[in-house]
Amino acid sequence: MVTIKKNRLGLMGGAAVAALAFAGTAMADIGDNESLVVNGEIEMVIETDPPEHLQGVFDRIYSGWVFRSDETQAMQADDFENPGMIFADQAREAFDTVMGSEGNSCATCHENPESLADVRSTYPVWDEEHGTVQTVELQVNECMTERMGAEPYGYDSQEMRNMSALISSVGRGRIINVAMDGPAQETWEQGREIYYTRYGLLELSCANCHEQNYGNNIRADHLSQGQINAFPAYRLRNAQLNSVHGRFRGCIRDTRAETFAVGSPEFVALELYVATRGNGLTVEGPSIRN
Amino acid sequence: MAENVTPRVRVPREASAGETVSIRTLISHPMESGQRRDSDGNVIPRSIINRFVCTFNGETVVDVTIEPSVSTNPYFQFDAVVPESGTFTFIWYDDDGSVYEETADIAVN
Amino acid sequence: MTFSRRQFVGTALTAAVALAVGPGIARAELVDDAINAFTGGADMETGGITLIAPEIAENGNTVPIEVDAPGAESIIIFAAGNPNPSVATFNFGALAGSAAVSTRIRLAGEQEVIAIARMPDGTFKMARQNVRVTIGGCGG
Repeated sequence: MVTIKKNRLGLMGGAAVAALAFAGTAMADIGDNESLVVNGEIEMVIETDPPEHLQGVFDRIYSGWVFRSDETQAMQADDFENPGMIFADQAREAFDTVMGSEGNSCATCHENPESLADVRSTYPVWDEEHGTVQTVELQVNECMTERMGAEPYGYDSQEMRNMSALISSVGRGRIINVAMDGPAQETWEQGREIYYTRYGLLELSCANCHEQNYGNNIRADHLSQGQINAFPAYRLRNAQLNSVHGRFRGCIRDTRAETFAVGSPEFVALELYVATRGNGLTVEGPSIRN
Repeated sequence: MAENVTPRVRVPREASAGETVSIRTLISHPMESGQRRDSDGNVIPRSIINRFVCTFNGETVVDVTIEPSVSTNPYFQFDAVVPESGTFTFIWYDDDGSVYEETADIAVN
Repeated sequence: MTFSRRQFVGTALTAAVALAVGPGIARAELVDDAINAFTGGADMETGGITLIAPEIAENGNTVPIEVDAPGAESIIIFAAGNPNPSVATFNFGALAGSAAVSTRIRLAGEQEVIAIARMPDGTFKMARQNVRVTIGGCGG
């Protein structure tokens, strides 16, 4: 995969990028014919052709799993080794628990978590009733407040990350197929605008790291393509589940910018756009990442 | 104080008499090391699982003394001999005095 | 992060000096004391015990290790560079199927992981493995 590095120097603009010193040495494990089969049965697509809107940008798209060490990769291949599954299991209990004034649990309408297997691979999605794009988290809170008469979960709370992990876990192996056209198009375009906007004192856009420098080192770590098919992710560094918006916030904060809030319209738009950059990969969450 | 502590164990359901089986255990726990400080600069007090014991029909398989250098959500894999049908008992001891217990039955055929 | 440049330089210098002298020596003593507490100062063989740890750990918070010392009654693990070098002691009972165990440990930076097995005859065996710990990217 030498080709992806060919434009690297030409694309780098600004002292900030140079100062961060992306090192082009180790190309992670890209292209070494690895495969990820979880529990010996769920086959993941860890690399594939890019979706149409990224043709000419990427030769291939890669799950963030590809960029991790063998030990970290192995933790995701078996649900018992994966601590993220503890939290999905905790949400399974919450799923059956009556919450709110209407006497309903999640199971009242949805029977079991497995009935939501198609959710993660298609979200964020346009919500006709509300006239807006809904993330999984917004949808959960809509159920909580409008159907159950319950208090909503905090957008990035432990309970929400657990529930998001559960909904993702039952959809693992499904091909990401998030719609970017129709009524969602305007939000998608807003998300693309954010993706390519340089933020913060370091003047970095998402693309500077995750499009132009994936596979290169940032300090001693490998930059991924910034795909979100594997969220929520159990990160070794904080030993807990991390949401997509939590990760976005961390990235933008590290450009030394004021970040958008989790659950904000900006992050919903960015999530929609970034999700469609992974169309063709598979749902992996809860995954294991550094 | 640790909240929502969930133990998980994986034990085969069946074995032949005298067989050695592989056992895996995981428990959700922050394993606060006592080395970290909060945003006000105060040391966050240590709060860990300090001991883990696995027994089979009352006989010890392994007894582990645990220090703060064991990772969050402690994981152990080890082997046990199964002389007869019976029950594995797993006990985790928390600094705060809590004790978490899980059992798993195995049938010798 | 709200470090000013001056604060950063100051902190980095202090850290560098501290690493060069203070804790280095103190920790070596700590781990020696801890080893002696387990072995009573006995000599140790290097064969008969296998320690598997990654040469480079992606994150020091969660480093998978495996240790196997056939016939051992007890195995102790040390992380020589941690503030408290003791990690865990595994005492194998009558129904242990082997004297082998896998776990996940914390390493505060590059250091040696040490495993020592106590055999039923009162002898000790030791294995060491140096583990480098990757400094994260921007961390997010």
